[in-house]
Amino acid sequence: MNDSLSKIEKRTAYILTLPAVFLVFAIILFPIFANIWISFKEVGLKDIRIPEPRAKKIIKSISEEPSKIKVIYKLRNSSLIQEIRDIQFTDKIPKNIEPLNLDKRCKFISNKIKCNFGNWKAKYREKFEVILKSTDSTKILKKDIKSFKPVLTGKSDNILLNTKFTLKNFKKVLFENDFLDLLLTTFYYTFFGTVGSIIFGILTAQMVNQKFFGRTFMRSVLLFPYVGPVVALAYTWELLLDPNSGTLNSLLINFQIIENPINLLGQKYITLNFFGLDLKLRLALTTVIIFEIWRYFPLAFLFILARLQAIPKDLYEAAEVDGAGPIKKFINITLPQITAVISILFMIRFIWNFNKFEDVFLLTGGASGTRTLPINVYQQGFAVSDIGMGSAVSIVIVMLLLIFMFFYFKLIGKRADEN
Amino acid sequence: MKIKSIIIYCSISSLFLFSLTSIWKILATLQGLNIDNFNFQTTFFLGFIISFIYLIIGSKINDKIKSFIFAIIFTFIEGYLIQSLPIWYNVGIFLILYFFTSKIKKYNIKYFNEEYSSQLVFFEFLTLFGIVLFSFVILFPFYMMLVTSFKTQIALLVNPLDFSIDFNQDLKDLFKSYFVIFKTYKFGKFILTSSIVSIGTVIITLIFAIPAAYAVARLNFFGKTFLSTSILIIYMFPAIVLVIPLYTVFSQLGLRNSIEGLLIVYTATTLPVAIYMLQGYFKSIPKELEEAAILDRQNWFGIIFKIIIPLSLPAISSVALYVFMIAWNEFLFSLMFLDNPNSFTLSRAIQYLSGDAETPRQYLMAGSVIVTLPVLFYICLF
Repeated sequence: MNDSLSKIEKRTAYILTLPAVFLVFAIILFPIFANIWISFKEVGLKDIRIPEPRAKKIIKSISEEPSKIKVIYKLRNSSLIQEIRDIQFTDKIPKNIEPLNLDKRCKFISNKIKCNFGNWKAKYREKFEVILKSTDSTKILKKDIKSFKPVLTGKSDNILLNTKFTLKNFKKVLFENDFLDLLLTTFYYTFFGTVGSIIFGILTAQMVNQKFFGRTFMRSVLLFPYVGPVVALAYTWELLLDPNSGTLNSLLINFQIIENPINLLGQKYITLNFFGLDLKLRLALTTVIIFEIWRYFPLAFLFILARLQAIPKDLYEAAEVDGAGPIKKFINITLPQITAVISILFMIRFIWNFNKFEDVFLLTGGASGTRTLPINVYQQGFAVSDIGMGSAVSIVIVMLLLIFMFFYFKLIGKRADEN
Repeated sequence: MKIKSIIIYCSISSLFLFSLTSIWKILATLQGLNIDNFNFQTTFFLGFIISFIYLIIGSKINDKIKSFIFAIIFTFIEGYLIQSLPIWYNVGIFLILYFFTSKIKKYNIKYFNEEYSSQLVFFEFLTLFGIVLFSFVILFPFYMMLVTSFKTQIALLVNPLDFSIDFNQDLKDLFKSYFVIFKTYKFGKFILTSSIVSIGTVIITLIFAIPAAYAVARLNFFGKTFLSTSILIIYMFPAIVLVIPLYTVFSQLGLRNSIEGLLIVYTATTLPVAIYMLQGYFKSIPKELEEAAILDRQNWFGIIFKIIIPLSLPAISSVALYVFMIAWNEFLFSLMFLDNPNSFTLSRAIQYLSGDAETPRQYLMAGSVIVTLPVLFYICLF
């Protein structure tokens, strides 16, 4: 009895979870394996369209012979590079009409014209004519003929499915295109974006954790950058930072802080004079990182605030009795309580920032020293139209992430053991 | 010790006052006032003196009268004597001063006898400062987005600092950008597509996620722990890695440029987090209710519909909101999959608009306002 119950339970569980699991596997796990496959191939954007045999039907009446009509099929191979084999053509004709002098390749069976066109080379084109005649000498109406559409089928090689593999893509990714610079840019972007958003998250969470007028409103306002659509926010920032008529530059000039406008998103380096030392700062990258921090600190804020509100009040009261000041309280009570949250946040944000594409793409498009790895996936795959290269870059991203996660968990695991 | 604390306190409070007035000055500049200096010395000096006198007077004079007098004096010196600015600016300065003095009235000389008083003061002012600064830094781009959408091309180029809205003009002129993007750029269609895609994603995600989350939360089956841990790992997986294979497969299946394709991808990417959030809530529902239902010969369908869903409506609605926001804001997949303007979503349409360098910015900002408003509306309701 019990056994059958647990069987039913299992079966129900599978019925309930399978649709979701299937969908997620198909859309998320399958592409990851497909990526590995594609990354070892030389595939361009134009190769992935399946070549199709196509026919355009044009109908012309023949003068003074209403019982006859001419049908022209403009046949072509849609692909510019691939052959299509074994092409079968079928078109239906209304009753009481039959073709005259039909082409050798075709047969007329039960109101259907069936042809075997054999193989078409790439770019193949042909004008194929059929003259139709009504058997009872009545007039043929054009629209009767037009109501049927020809069907063509053919076989072609799918470049994605053959077993030709090459290491060319990985060679290109790792040894050309300044891979080290790419890696470094991605690292700067990810690391400083993550650390910055966590620091601001701690600050704001501390702030909102106190009671003040308009606190709930403040809480929703702090979430605005995170929930707003990235497109809208990126373009607003672009407008704000514009060197010619942007508000920020105009304000700074108006208050005499700078003399000439600075192109914050279009300038690769800026030289800062710091106590007599000339420091070269990557300006556009810094701006993009600031946008990143501005947009993502709310997530850190939410996580940390939730943790702060769970810290028992007596801890602070006890510390007060011991004569601890605000700084000591923060270092000795608050920080140890939120380290677990921060380490989770660090991992989540690090992974997400590492793969962040939209923000940089919309702000700079990867120009002026802001080309990160995800931007490179897009540029290789769609701007240069080399799908194989794009895949290879994404495989590199996945590998780097796995390495990061491996070391991160090792480190975290050690820490947990020590405690 | 005490004197040091008092000096620190006075400096911090006057710095705070300075930052408040500076933000007010920036806002006033954006309304067309010609201010070219923050007047650091004057503000700092006055703030310092006001804080100090407050300490000395203590509670000898009524707080309100005190605040009023000091605010008037400051406003007179700052706004009238030095810069002679219009009355609305001075009203603002007066209100800021009133707020400032009511904040510092709780400090008195006794307060500084305590240990750590300067640290406490520092943190209190830092909090106040943080609230003001963060509100400004966060809200300013949104404010700019809104105002720019009401301006004309010429006005934007002539004075990029002028953020005032001319309410005297015709409503038609004021909302011109909105009329244009709806008429010329067919934004109505994009809004419709975006709504269909996001609401569709919410519905399909919930249909898939509720049963799955119930199974993960309640039933015992082989692979359950594997499933619940892999959910989180999948959620972390980068979208940029999925793009190329999905692009190739979708173009071969003819799913590119179609709403169905977007729906499939959005649902798959939001499912893991939806299942994770829901199963956490389902676990908190008392098991006895379901046991009673089983005795009543309900099958799992009945249990989910008659017990689980009615009891977890709040959680379901928050998951729905979250999924809606993800789908509404999504950009990467819509950029990759859509290249026919007939099937654009709002985000993709705005990006397409900006690709043309000729497009005036106020149209871009009007589009941005339209795509941002629903999300902010929901988050404020929540």
